[in-house]
Amino acid sequence: MKTLVWLQAGSCGGCTMSVLERGLFDALRRMGLRLLWHPSLSLDEGGRVRALLDSIVAGETHLDILCVEGAALRGPGGTGRFDRFAGRAMLDWLRDLAPRAGACVAVGSCAAFGGLPAAAPSTDAVGLQYADDAPGGALGADYVSAGGLPVVNVSGCAPHPDWILETLQALAAGCLGPADLDVFARPRLFADHLAHHGCARNEFYEFKASAEAPYERGCLMESLGCKATQAVGDCAQRVWNGGGGCTRVGSTCIACTSPGFQNGKDFHHTPKIAGIPVGLPLDMPKAWFVALAALSKSATPARVKTNARSDRIETPPEPGKA
Amino acid sequence: MRITLGPINRVEGDVEVTLDIEAGVVRAARVAAPLYRGFEEILLGRPAEDALAIVPRICGICSVSQSLAAAAVLRAAREAPAAANGLAAANVAHAAENIADHLTHFYLFFMPDFARDSYRGRSWFVATQQRFAAGAGTHLSATLPARARLLNTQGIIAGKWPHSLAFRPGGVTRALDLSAKLQLATIFAEFREFAESALFAAPLEEVAGLGDAAALARFAEGPAATGDFAAFLRIADDLRLRDLGRGPGLLMAAGAYAGAQGPQFPAGVFESATGAAGPLRIETVTEDVACAWYGDSPLDPAQAETRPDMERPGAYSFAKAPRLAGRAAEVGALARQAVAGHPLIRDLLRRDGASSVESRVVARLLEIALLVPAAQAWIAALRVDAPFCAADVATRDGDFVAQVEAARGTLGHWARYRDGRIDRYQIIAPTTWNFSPRDGAGMPGPLECALQGIAVGDAAADHVAVQHTIRSFDPCMVCTAH
Repeated sequence: MKTLVWLQAGSCGGCTMSVLERGLFDALRRMGLRLLWHPSLSLDEGGRVRALLDSIVAGETHLDILCVEGAALRGPGGTGRFDRFAGRAMLDWLRDLAPRAGACVAVGSCAAFGGLPAAAPSTDAVGLQYADDAPGGALGADYVSAGGLPVVNVSGCAPHPDWILETLQALAAGCLGPADLDVFARPRLFADHLAHHGCARNEFYEFKASAEAPYERGCLMESLGCKATQAVGDCAQRVWNGGGGCTRVGSTCIACTSPGFQNGKDFHHTPKIAGIPVGLPLDMPKAWFVALAALSKSATPARVKTNARSDRIETPPEPGKA
Repeated sequence: MRITLGPINRVEGDVEVTLDIEAGVVRAARVAAPLYRGFEEILLGRPAEDALAIVPRICGICSVSQSLAAAAVLRAAREAPAAANGLAAANVAHAAENIADHLTHFYLFFMPDFARDSYRGRSWFVATQQRFAAGAGTHLSATLPARARLLNTQGIIAGKWPHSLAFRPGGVTRALDLSAKLQLATIFAEFREFAESALFAAPLEEVAGLGDAAALARFAEGPAATGDFAAFLRIADDLRLRDLGRGPGLLMAAGAYAGAQGPQFPAGVFESATGAAGPLRIETVTEDVACAWYGDSPLDPAQAETRPDMERPGAYSFAKAPRLAGRAAEVGALARQAVAGHPLIRDLLRRDGASSVESRVVARLLEIALLVPAAQAWIAALRVDAPFCAADVATRDGDFVAQVEAARGTLGHWARYRDGRIDRYQIIAPTTWNFSPRDGAGMPGPLECALQGIAVGDAAADHVAVQHTIRSFDPCMVCTAH
C-alpha cells in the first residue's frame, strides 16, 4: 500500500472537517493508501510521531503522499516560530519532509497560496509553493516532489471533500500528471470550471435580475460581491453537505479557490465604476457585458424581476405561459 | 523532572504540555498553544461586515459558532432585532455543529485512549478496542455517516460547512421553504434514531431525565448497557475517572441558543465546591498576557491589543489568560448544564466536589440528548411564510460585545467600530479559558490546575491519565490563540 502523512500547519482544521464527511479512513483504504499519521485521528503522539517524521526525513520510511493543511508561517524573522510542532518550527518540518514525498498536496487555500493567515501583518504566512499568485512560498518555485510534480494545490476554503479525495485517488492510482494541473497547479478535475457554472440562480444572472439585500433570491454578482464568475471550481455542479452550495443559500462567492482571495475587502459589496462591476466575468469583454446586461434587463420577465428582490418565490412560473 | 509532551493529537489543533514531576506526581503543568495566525490583526481597519467572512475561518470545527458571535456583535451595534425565524434556523445549524463536535470528540478523540495497550488486561479492553480503536473501531461505519448526515443541515441552511456567509446580524440569508423545513426534520429524526440505538441504546428523553448519580449507575447496567454511553460509564467507574482532572472550581456559561423566552441554556456561574450559582458579570472579564507571547496590553478585552512578541520574558503560550473577576473559569458542556441546573450534573459535581474527566464527558453526551429534541422543536416552529432575515441597518460607532456558547464553551467577541470599520477586535474562545496559561499573579489555568497532583508513577508523561485529562476538555487549539 502507498503511504500518506497529513500535517496541519497554520490551519483552522476545516479541511480535515470537510473530508471527514466522506469517512476518510475507509476512503483512503479503498484507494490503497495507508494513513501513517493524522493529527486529529491517529493514536500515536509525542515521541512516536517525532520518530516517524525523523525516519521519513532520513529516508528510512517511504512516504508517497504528504498532505499539508494550513499556511506555512515563516515569521518571526524567518524562524517559523509562530507555528511550533514536535519540537521544531513546522516550517522546518515541511522543508525537510516535502522533498521526500512522492507527491505533496496542499489541502486548502492556506497551504496552496497562504489563504487567510497571509492577510496577517506579522506572521509572514505563505502557501507551500505560492505566496498568493507569486511562485515561491515556503518550498520555493523550483520544488518538485520525488514523483516529479509541483505541489498539488487543492484550493478552497474549505475545499469540497471530493476535490481532496479525488486528487488523492488520482495520485494513488498514478494518474495525475503535470497536464492535469492548471496554471496554479490546481487539479483540473475541479478547476476547469467556474464556480458560476450550474449556479442555481442562473436565470437571475442571465437577466441581470439582481438581489440588493443578502436574503433576496436574485443574482448576487451585480451588488452583493459574488465572484463566482471569476473563481475556478465546479462548486455549483457538486452538492455540498448533502444538497447545499454557497450561492444556493445566498452565501456570496468570495472566490475562496483563488490565490489572494483574503485580500478582498468589503466581501459583501460589488465594487463598481460608473455603475459597472469592476470584476467582470472571466474572459468577457467589458463592452459586451455592458451591452448584454442592458439588453437582458430590458427583457427581464416580471416573474424574474419580482422574485429577484424577494426572499421567497413571490411569482411562480405559470404553466403554459411564456 | 521536567517533561514536555507534544505533539498531542486527537485534539483540534496542536497543544504542548510541560509537566514538572516529583516522586511520580505532577507538581505543576504548563499548557502552551504553539500556533499564532493573527486573526485579530487581520480584522483591523476592514469594513465591519468583513468579520462575517473572516472570523469563521479561525476555526473549521466551531465555524458556525464563530459566525454567530460575529453576527451577534454586529447586531449589538445595530439596534435592530433579528427575524425570529432566522434565530431559530441559526439555532438549528448551531446545534447540529455542536452535536457533531460532541460526537466527534467522544468517538474519534476521547474513547480511542481506552484501546491503548496499557489497558490490556482490563475486563472491558477487548470490546473497547474492537469498538473504539483509532481509525479502525467498528463504530466508524455508523458514526461517521451519522455525523455527515447531521451536517447536511449546513447544506440546507448555510450552503456548506465549514465556513459560510449565510449567518447575518438579521438572521440567515436563506428563507427556508416547506421542502427545506421537512428535510431538516428528517435529518434530525434520523439522527435521533442513531443516538437512541448506537450511542445511548435508550430514548433521548430517558437520558435527559437522568436525575442523579445513582440513576446514572443504574442506567449503565440496565437495558441501555449495550450502548456506547454505558460502555464509557463502566470504564469511567472502573478507572475512577470521577477523581481525575479536577477543575479549578468556577464554572461559567454565557447563555446558549437564543429564543423568545431567553436562551435554551442560561448564562451564569456555578461554584462546584459550594454549589452556589450566580449571574455572569461579563464586565469582570479580563485577559492577561503575563505568560503569553504578546506585548503589554490593557486587561479589559474592549481595550486590549494583540501584538505578538516572542521575546517576552516568562511567556510560554500564544494563548492569553482570560479571567472572570480575577479567577480562572472552566467552560463547556459541563459548565452550561451546571449553570442550567441539570440535576444529574449538579449531583455529579456535588459527589465529586469538582469537575472531573467523567463529568465533562457525561455532560457532553447529556447535551446531545437535550439538544436533539430542542432542535426538533425549533424546526417544527419555523414559519415558512415569515421572514428569515431582518433588513440591514447602519453599524453604530462604539464598543460592543457578544458571547455565544460553542460546543466547548463560551466564545466572546469584543468589537469597536468606527465609521463602519473595525477599530478593535478581541476574541476569547472556549479553550482560551480552559487551556489558559498562568496570569500575572501566577495562577494556573483550568487544565494546568486539573493536571496538578496526578500520580503518574514511573510512566511519567506517558501515563494515560494525563491524556484523559487533556482530552476531557475537548480542546480546540485553533480557536485558542487564533
